[in-house]
Amino acid sequence: MADTPKPEKTARINHIPPLMKGWMDTPVEIKPGIYCYGAKPKNTKAVGMPYPKEWNPTDDDWQLPENWKDIIDEGLRDRRDKYRSMKLFMDICVRCGACADKCHFFIGSGDPKNMPVLRAELFRSVYRKKFTLGGKIFGKFAGARDLDEDVLKEWWYYLYQCTECRRCSIFCPYGIDTAEVTILGRELTNLVGLNIDWIAGPVANCNRTGNHLGIQPHAYIDMLDFFVDEIEDITGLRMEPDINRKGAEILFVTPSGDVFADPGTFTAMGYLMLFHYLKSLGLDITWSTYASEGGNFGFFTSHEMAKRLNAKMYSEAERLGVKWILGGECGHMWRVINQYMDTFNGPPDFMEEPVSPITGTKFKNANATKLVHIVEFTADLMKHNKLKLDKSRNDHLKVTFHDSCNTARAMGFLEEPRYVLNNVCNNFYEMPPNTIREQTFCCGSGSGLNAGENMEVRMRGGLPRANAVKYVHEKFGVNMLSCICAIDRAVLPNSMDYWVPGVDVCGLHELVANALVFEGEKKRTLDLRAEYLPGMEDEEDV
Amino acid sequence: MNFIISILFSGIAVSVIVLIPWICIGAIDGAFMRSLFGIIIPYAAIATFLIGIVVRVISWSRSPVPFRIPTTAGQEWSFPWIKSNPIDNPKGMGGVILRMIFEVLLFRSLFRNTRLEYLNDENGPKINYEWEKWLWLAALAFHYSFLVIFLRHFRFFLDPIPGFVHVLESLDGFMQLGIIPFNGFGMPGVYITDGLLLAAVTYLFVRRIYIHQVRYISLPADYFPLFIILGLGLTGVLMRYAIRVDITAVKELSISLFQFSPKVPDGIGVIFFIHLFLLCVLIAYFPFSKLMHMAGIFLSPTRNMANNNRFKRHVNPWNYPVKFHTYAAYEDEFREKMIEAGIPVDKGVEATSESGKKE
Amino acid sequence: MYDGGKIIVGLLICLGFFLSPFFYNAGKAAKVPNPQLTEIAKEAQTCVMSKDYMTTSHFTLLDKWRNTVVRDGERYFKGENGKIYYKSLQMTCLKCHANKSKFCDQCHNYMDVNPYCWDCHIEPKESE
Repeated sequence: MADTPKPEKTARINHIPPLMKGWMDTPVEIKPGIYCYGAKPKNTKAVGMPYPKEWNPTDDDWQLPENWKDIIDEGLRDRRDKYRSMKLFMDICVRCGACADKCHFFIGSGDPKNMPVLRAELFRSVYRKKFTLGGKIFGKFAGARDLDEDVLKEWWYYLYQCTECRRCSIFCPYGIDTAEVTILGRELTNLVGLNIDWIAGPVANCNRTGNHLGIQPHAYIDMLDFFVDEIEDITGLRMEPDINRKGAEILFVTPSGDVFADPGTFTAMGYLMLFHYLKSLGLDITWSTYASEGGNFGFFTSHEMAKRLNAKMYSEAERLGVKWILGGECGHMWRVINQYMDTFNGPPDFMEEPVSPITGTKFKNANATKLVHIVEFTADLMKHNKLKLDKSRNDHLKVTFHDSCNTARAMGFLEEPRYVLNNVCNNFYEMPPNTIREQTFCCGSGSGLNAGENMEVRMRGGLPRANAVKYVHEKFGVNMLSCICAIDRAVLPNSMDYWVPGVDVCGLHELVANALVFEGEKKRTLDLRAEYLPGMEDEEDV
Repeated sequence: MNFIISILFSGIAVSVIVLIPWICIGAIDGAFMRSLFGIIIPYAAIATFLIGIVVRVISWSRSPVPFRIPTTAGQEWSFPWIKSNPIDNPKGMGGVILRMIFEVLLFRSLFRNTRLEYLNDENGPKINYEWEKWLWLAALAFHYSFLVIFLRHFRFFLDPIPGFVHVLESLDGFMQLGIIPFNGFGMPGVYITDGLLLAAVTYLFVRRIYIHQVRYISLPADYFPLFIILGLGLTGVLMRYAIRVDITAVKELSISLFQFSPKVPDGIGVIFFIHLFLLCVLIAYFPFSKLMHMAGIFLSPTRNMANNNRFKRHVNPWNYPVKFHTYAAYEDEFREKMIEAGIPVDKGVEATSESGKKE
Repeated sequence: MYDGGKIIVGLLICLGFFLSPFFYNAGKAAKVPNPQLTEIAKEAQTCVMSKDYMTTSHFTLLDKWRNTVVRDGERYFKGENGKIYYKSLQMTCLKCHANKSKFCDQCHNYMDVNPYCWDCHIEPKESE
């Protein structure tokens, strides 16, 4: 694994591209710390992806199938016929450059091919040569070029340096969405066996065990039991989560990262506590080990794979006979749910319009998909004063909120999390306006790029977000970055340590559970992280 | 390929395009040349333009929009007590129409533009997002000037001239520039849009060279239409203010074209033919180029769709069933472990031994 | 989802806009301006400048005349033919071209030109 350079070195970024040498004449250089390892054959085989092989992106020979050019050609034509976005986004870009300095990877790396427009041009150039008259006649002068192995490598290298965050698309006067280009581009690379293992692995796991981490059902229970013990230590109450229970009213699906990795685990504990709290008020909910993944790394592979993995949610809901599904805090999970799920695998007619069993609120905005976001669920509880909350328990935290790309730009889920935050903590500070809400910056590791070997590019991509956190850290003393995305929780701690030491990362429901006042609980001295609550430092440790 | 070659390539191409009618009419001349540049080429260009646009748009529309993928730029519609942003995050058709109006008429997305400023000193990196509305302003100035100028040209296209042309002319010329500045400078009323268009096009060209990132991404195909439009504007301005031609003859020509009884009157100066040829090249090039963004913006799925997928079903016409790992297969693999961990299962232990036997 | 109907409507609007001159002019007799010279003008045979110049740029000359007369008091103009003219719209120009509707208006209406001569000067009364 490549050593990640020190922040001082990483921060020396030159945003000025070469003056005289054009990008088409600059061949790709596959750099350690930037690229992700190639997919292992066992993982691609497990889900029937074509051309599984052991390969290393730094090798000269990528062991492409002999007819790889035909495969790509066929794949391009096929996608052209299936996706209007593909044709349109290839045809109408005017290269105004509005997107150029909006990408976190460009800001953090200065690599001109990370400008969204150029990332797409890598593609367009080949498209023009294949499909446009001008490209065929004028070649380079029309911005067209042939597809050869170097171009394919260049595609691969830069398609896996895009997190599909869609920030560029907000600024594009035609709404050209680089995520769409990246998604379709990655599909093409997968057709010739060029996947990355950090995506292929979770996909294979999710297919078999129901979650990305490959947690088998009994281990999943072990983790929940561990949380139950932890919560008992803190509150003196014992949670009793239901698993795979038929006849429950609601199925709960959350990213498996919450169950397995800090600090997501504290969010998972938060869910458990909230559900326990609501049990006496009429909440009838079950977890599932089969559909134990909200996230969907299939979405970073192909539309088809996204659909395959996503299908489990409805399938499990039908098997268990639930009325609707409650979804946990996750980013791209909600992109898929909000923009794809019903089209992929719907309509889920076996379910009913989601209604909160506690407040009676009908979630009209979810009555086709039947999926409710847990943050809107909780916000509704708070609005109806169903939760007894002690905000001061979060007084040791100065919190800011990171909008996840997908919930912000593929959903518009902006106010609900803020409403919840304001109900559970007294110190909430917003980051500068150009870095939040619809203009929010990616964590730098989304869309399956949260591997270890590409740490340098992750830190580079995380710089804009970290820089905004640094601003509120220095100005208001912010020490907690809250978010509603499992990948954020998994990767932002790294980039905070790297760029803004002294800021932790948490999920929203960790803060909710901290503030939640149970009847019959013991005197709370610790937060979910087993750190002293404000004013409790002198209390006996439990 | 670098920006100098790109500019040279496009510059030379446009120079040749200017020279062709200049030589053919100015030097060679004759009835044939005048018919060629006054009748045949304009007809061919108009046909290419219209058929080309239709063919391109139909080609786009033959590919479906399989998923509803709007980019949301504001709060979604949810609870009644949360204020949603119906323009940037439309819930239905009405919102989409509003969003498109803002996008098409006011370039709302471009208005969001900022400029990155990166500083790195002893305190570490610092990223600023600076005010940058120049591109938006220039784009607005350019497109609206172009539109107004095009509509003003309807005085050459229509007879009798409808009132809106007159209104546009008087608004555009209301400053009565040209009469005052020098003693006897003697220009007809100067149109604001003439200057705006040239200034905006010049700005759009200069920023392509001046802004590092834009210089790097620019192709000859970006300079070419700018140069053509600059040439078109300059010849037009020259014709109005300096090298005049007999505009009644020009109008006779254009009306005759529109009435399908083409006839090139005598005595139209060569500069008019240069102007016309530039226009013909521009519109014939249009359907094959990035200029198709004019039509494309209306079809952009990230802008023209409502964010209502959670409550309104969107159908993918080529949706096909996929094989996924079913619960039954999952339970078959993990049944024993599940039973051991106390997780409810669909089939009993017997099923485990059965499936074990099969293997 | 194709939205074919909406796209076709959009295309028709676009085509309608660009083809509107064809529809608008269809079937109308081509009306070509035909400026008439009065007898006096015919007699004079030549204007103050060449016909070509006068066709395209008479307003430049008028503007020059106005400025030099009003500001500098220069009242005389030497024409191309060497003849000296008195610089006056009313007394020189309109003496020959007394037929505004058959001369000035012919082209001005055809091209929708609205000179502001008559903001100050009195519009000549034509006797049929």
